[in-house]
Amino acid sequence: MNFDLGDDERALQQGMRDVCKRLFPMDRVRALEDAGGIDRTLWHELGQAGVFSLRQPESEGGVGLGMTEAALVYEELGRALVPGPVISTHLSVPLIEGALDGQRVVGLIDRERTPPVVGQLPALDTLVVIDPKGLWLVDPQHLGAIPVRQPLDPLTPMYLLEHLPKGDKIAGPKEVARWRREGAVLAAAMLVGIASACTEAAVAYAKERKQFGRPIGSFQAVKHICADMLVREEVARVGTYAAAVMCDDPGAGDVDRAVAGARLLAGDAALANGKASIQVHGGMGYTWEVDAHLYLKRAVLMSTRFGKSDDLAEAVAGTLAP
Amino acid sequence: MDLRYSDSDERFRAELRAWLEDALPSLPPKPGQDNWPARRAWDTRWQQMLFEAGYAGIDWPSEVEGRGATPTEHLIFLEETERAGAPYVGVNFVGLLHAGPTLIAEGTPEQKQRHLPRILRGEEVWCQGFSEPGAGSDLAALSTKAVRDGDHYVVTGQKIWTSFAHVADHCELLVRTDPDAPKHKGITWLIMPMDAKGIEIQPLRTITGSTEFSQMFLDEVRIPVENRVGEENDGWRVAMVTFSFERGTAFVGELIRTMSLVEHVAGLAQRIPRGDGKAWDDPGLRRDLGRIAAELDALWALTRRNVTQAERGTGVPGLGGSVFKLAYSEVRARLGDLTMKLLDRAALGMEDVGGIESGIHVERWFQSMSLTIAAGTSQIQRNIVGERILGLPKEPAV
Repeated sequence: MNFDLGDDERALQQGMRDVCKRLFPMDRVRALEDAGGIDRTLWHELGQAGVFSLRQPESEGGVGLGMTEAALVYEELGRALVPGPVISTHLSVPLIEGALDGQRVVGLIDRERTPPVVGQLPALDTLVVIDPKGLWLVDPQHLGAIPVRQPLDPLTPMYLLEHLPKGDKIAGPKEVARWRREGAVLAAAMLVGIASACTEAAVAYAKERKQFGRPIGSFQAVKHICADMLVREEVARVGTYAAAVMCDDPGAGDVDRAVAGARLLAGDAALANGKASIQVHGGMGYTWEVDAHLYLKRAVLMSTRFGKSDDLAEAVAGTLAP
Repeated sequence: MDLRYSDSDERFRAELRAWLEDALPSLPPKPGQDNWPARRAWDTRWQQMLFEAGYAGIDWPSEVEGRGATPTEHLIFLEETERAGAPYVGVNFVGLLHAGPTLIAEGTPEQKQRHLPRILRGEEVWCQGFSEPGAGSDLAALSTKAVRDGDHYVVTGQKIWTSFAHVADHCELLVRTDPDAPKHKGITWLIMPMDAKGIEIQPLRTITGSTEFSQMFLDEVRIPVENRVGEENDGWRVAMVTFSFERGTAFVGELIRTMSLVEHVAGLAQRIPRGDGKAWDDPGLRRDLGRIAAELDALWALTRRNVTQAERGTGVPGLGGSVFKLAYSEVRARLGDLTMKLLDRAALGMEDVGGIESGIHVERWFQSMSLTIAAGTSQIQRNIVGERILGLPKEPAV
């Protein structure tokens, strides 16, 4: 048993963190608001960095790694607040040409979730519709849609679809199960990254901001908020890593239970840490100027993807029935 | 990262499992909570059985007759003994998990020779004399004083929360040897024989009604200088060594017990009637339980990470334990509260009421409250996490 990052995994994590710092510094991320959240050049660079091809076999132009490594990479995308449908583009690699190297932007909508809103619609090359029967391809260019005037996440403009056509079937229920399972792990990883970035920002501010003549982080009332942030983040992180490891090695545990649990805890951690970070930042945390709100908003967005907390909690509870 | 155990780990597990299957049926029934002589006999008998089978001191080095197992094997040992329903350390807790490891790290050759094999064989039971009425979370504020008189220390003062004092042979005792030094600098760690003159023990009844703890009054108790562990006035450092053993795998048995408790509560909910159906029909209850189960799964993963780090000698010892303890005690408390709500009026007795197996759950609910207090309150743990992991500034010293 070896349930801690090895040297290669640490190198991958650090490498991805560096890529994100280079491609997505916060001022550029903020500037992406005007570009509807997606810049084709940056998207292509993400493709070059292997973000989409990560798990494709080397013989098919991929990197040949597993979910364990993908979880580490997507955690960094979450931490850097990278916008756009990175997960669905990644999942579509074996099915849709051009996804692998970031030539295409592949969006996703779940037919069973209402209202039917989809992010970054004008920037999408392809829209995949998921329902219990299969995966369906829809041309995003001809969809009637109303822009949501003020999207919750400023980097993810949303569009309300008037009608969602049936589309062309590209895969059956088996692939649906894979998308749901792997999508949930990647979403959990991104949520862990968000939770972690919130802890980091709150701690940095608590060390630097002084009140009553002392850094506010020396007061237990603030210190304890930060400690709880770290605890939530760490618990969600190990749960997510365990779920990813089980995806790669299904004999190592109950994969579905682990995935649902990880996605549940990661969503809770990102939301709670997003709010806690704003609290630690005080009045400034409530402004547009400080980044704290962007993390909370992304946490809300991501926590609606690949599962809903009530359903996830029910799914875990379902495994308890004797 | 992987979650698989190696072949040699699995062989260890299989051998242990086979031995447990063989050994457990020969145990007599467990004596009642407060029958202390019988409890001591029962717990030490199990320790003796472990020793004879080569499973005592699983993580102790072989030089002191331990098994010298790896942290992973230790984890497997805890996992298998818990799953088999084997007794936990009981009254041997302090000797095996606190005093023994401290002596291994800091004791003189004579102290090791004298105590370690006896602890492993179940021949010697220890109690802990650290806390005082005025020194709990601020442990270094202790005032029990020891004055040197020739080749003895003469100790006077009061200790509280002394687990197993009434059945112990020895006590790990912290005393103040230099009243003028800064409070962390004037402390000494002593081995106190419990048959020494001047020790008075008063049992302390806890919220569950049991008497595991005592108050201990010390009136000019004479302790030979050779019983000192570490240097005079260096006891704070030695005590920190003691505490570092408390973390890491200390809660593995607890965690596994709680994981099966969740299943048990789910089973109860499926039987307890509510309206026209069962309590389990309530989606709120199911989701709360599902969330708790997910958190326990993640804590099991956290345990595996802590064990991996212990095996590699990476990470800061004990800190992963603080994260674990904070998260675990909180989820355990929520499970207790949920169970009490589920039991409703069946919770109004400390034994089973109305054909519902409520006794064990009520007792465990009370126990769950001790987790956020014992071995460092959650508030102190948050300070540790905030200061030692996140690097936040310390509170101004008083």
